Amino acid sequence: MAVDLEKTLRPIDADLPPYPAKWVTLASGDEMVIRQVGRDDVSTLLAHVEPLIHVERDYYDIVAARVYAELLAYHVHRVQDEYVLVAQIDGELAAVVNGRQVKPGLGMSLHTLALRRGLRIGAHAFAAKMEYHIDILGHDEVLVVAESPIGFRRWMIEYQLEERFDTPHELGGVPSYALTRELFERARRKLVVGRRPVPTELLAKAQEAILPPTDPPTAPADLLAATRARYDTTGTAVMMQRRIQEQGVHDA
Amino acid sequence: MRSVYVAGIGITSFGRLEYPLAEIAAYPAMMAMKDAGLTEVEQVYVANMGSGRINHQTGLASAVVDTLSLTPAGAEVIENGPASGASALKQGMLAVGSGMYDVVLVTGAERMREVNNLDATDFIATLTHPLSEYVYGVTLPAHAAMFTRLYMAKYGVTERHLAMVAVKNQNQAMTNAFAHLQQRITIEGILDSPEAMTNNPYVAEPLRFFDCCPVSDGGACLILVSEDAMAGVDRPWVRLAGVGQATDTHAVAERTDPTELTAVRLAAERSFAMAGCGPADVDVAELHDAFTILEIAESEEAGFFGKGEGHLALEQGETCHGGSLPINVSGGLKGRGHPVGATGIAQAHEIVTQLRHEAGARQVDDAAIGFTCNFGGFGNNVVCLTFIKER
Repeated sequence: MAVDLEKTLRPIDADLPPYPAKWVTLASGDEMVIRQVGRDDVSTLLAHVEPLIHVERDYYDIVAARVYAELLAYHVHRVQDEYVLVAQIDGELAAVVNGRQVKPGLGMSLHTLALRRGLRIGAHAFAAKMEYHIDILGHDEVLVVAESPIGFRRWMIEYQLEERFDTPHELGGVPSYALTRELFERARRKLVVGRRPVPTELLAKAQEAILPPTDPPTAPADLLAATRARYDTTGTAVMMQRRIQEQGVHDA
Repeated sequence: MRSVYVAGIGITSFGRLEYPLAEIAAYPAMMAMKDAGLTEVEQVYVANMGSGRINHQTGLASAVVDTLSLTPAGAEVIENGPASGASALKQGMLAVGSGMYDVVLVTGAERMREVNNLDATDFIATLTHPLSEYVYGVTLPAHAAMFTRLYMAKYGVTERHLAMVAVKNQNQAMTNAFAHLQQRITIEGILDSPEAMTNNPYVAEPLRFFDCCPVSDGGACLILVSEDAMAGVDRPWVRLAGVGQATDTHAVAERTDPTELTAVRLAAERSFAMAGCGPADVDVAELHDAFTILEIAESEEAGFFGKGEGHLALEQGETCHGGSLPINVSGGLKGRGHPVGATGIAQAHEIVTQLRHEAGARQVDDAAIGFTCNFGGFGNNVVCLTFIKER
């Protein structure tokens, strides 16, 4: 009985072609490998992603929480046609990106989580994800949203994504943007970089173990100030909320 | 004028700070007071450029003096664009040198990351000429890019020279715990690798991402005192020996030769003349490298190298730590960061640290004379300072 129910609950994945690993030289001179991982690696990833759920800065908390859930769903077969790519520097996890195929020709970008800041690590990983959708999976469009201003700058502005506001995105049901094949081709030379094949030693180091980041993003020292910067650049919204709480009136 | 000494110094970490602007100014001030062992101050100067515009706060000096519980000391804000810090130190020197006060606290602070990068760039651009520059969309990166183009054509400076400055200063910042950028970069990664153009794209050609300083929050403070007051301070005696300031046309296009940073040259000459020394006597310098080209150009205008030879000195390693004239061993604006109002004071903080021989891994051997150049506008209001270690 339980086995039969599992058959019902578990989606049947399409036979998606694998993402061929590549490597990128960062501004630091470090060599970063971007490769696909499978369900067996998820438990390791979860351990590295979980601490970021508690970082209330730059939307790390919500992105990490959602990535955690998506990885878990992938691990226990509760999402259809998802894939996960990781970026590693000397074995250390630098970024996790994921997405899924909605149907042939259409992709859905889920998340880009940079565990090491700076050096365009997240941007390189996002570009690899788009490369997977367009070049490998043959999608004509990838639906994208951003949860942070940094993401909006990196995806919507840098790639000049088109509006698909009549299509709700799976992340929160918000209006989607789309990376089309044409936009991808326009961005390819400028934003989509990396070399193949990955040198044997470099790839072996990455495959040996997914190590935790040595310098992950940390929680802000002053939560109120961080919250204020997050929602309102002038701080007036927070001040107003406080006044309402203290006085019990809305005097705006 | 009386001699003026640096009794205490303090600085915050540069980067993104999550506490109010007045506290960013007050925290280094408390450190400086602790450093000097002083609890009473007669006058406070607060260097700041943008509190009214980007932090929605005016009267910052009143907030700072109260935060520090230093009332009823006098307090004023000094605003002179990105040269506000050195201008405030100049006012402090005048206040002590004139005999009006014996103990003056000069602190600088900026909280620029309250706004996004586009707004921060626009805010800085408001210092350009409103009718002949700003209205046409000129920003400081654009100014610096045009200047760089001319400099390249005239003197043979290349993008590799600019990248050498970027690598030198950003990697030097890793020896400075207060610096904004704690990320090593390499020529391979930002110039030579197949991915370099993506890692280091043009911001305003020929200037690339890593040729530009970051937008930072931060604060720094110096306490300036008279000789009598210094006698009661148990710290090395570093004298603010020279201050030079010069201005140039507001609109860059009105200059006879835009590659000449005349205000830098004059300010440096005046600072050296007041201090009674020359560029050849300087052991360590902090120059205003908001863009990498500026370190090269200022090193020439200040008299350290011949005009058009700054990049050659860079090639020879003369401006590196361990070279004949180490420049920006703190990381400079490029690596330490550039909270505009605080920068001039942060430069002075580094020089005093060097002259006290307390700079740790980035210490310049036997440093006795130090120099700073704080570059306001696009070279239209420049303040240079010369510090001498006496004992």
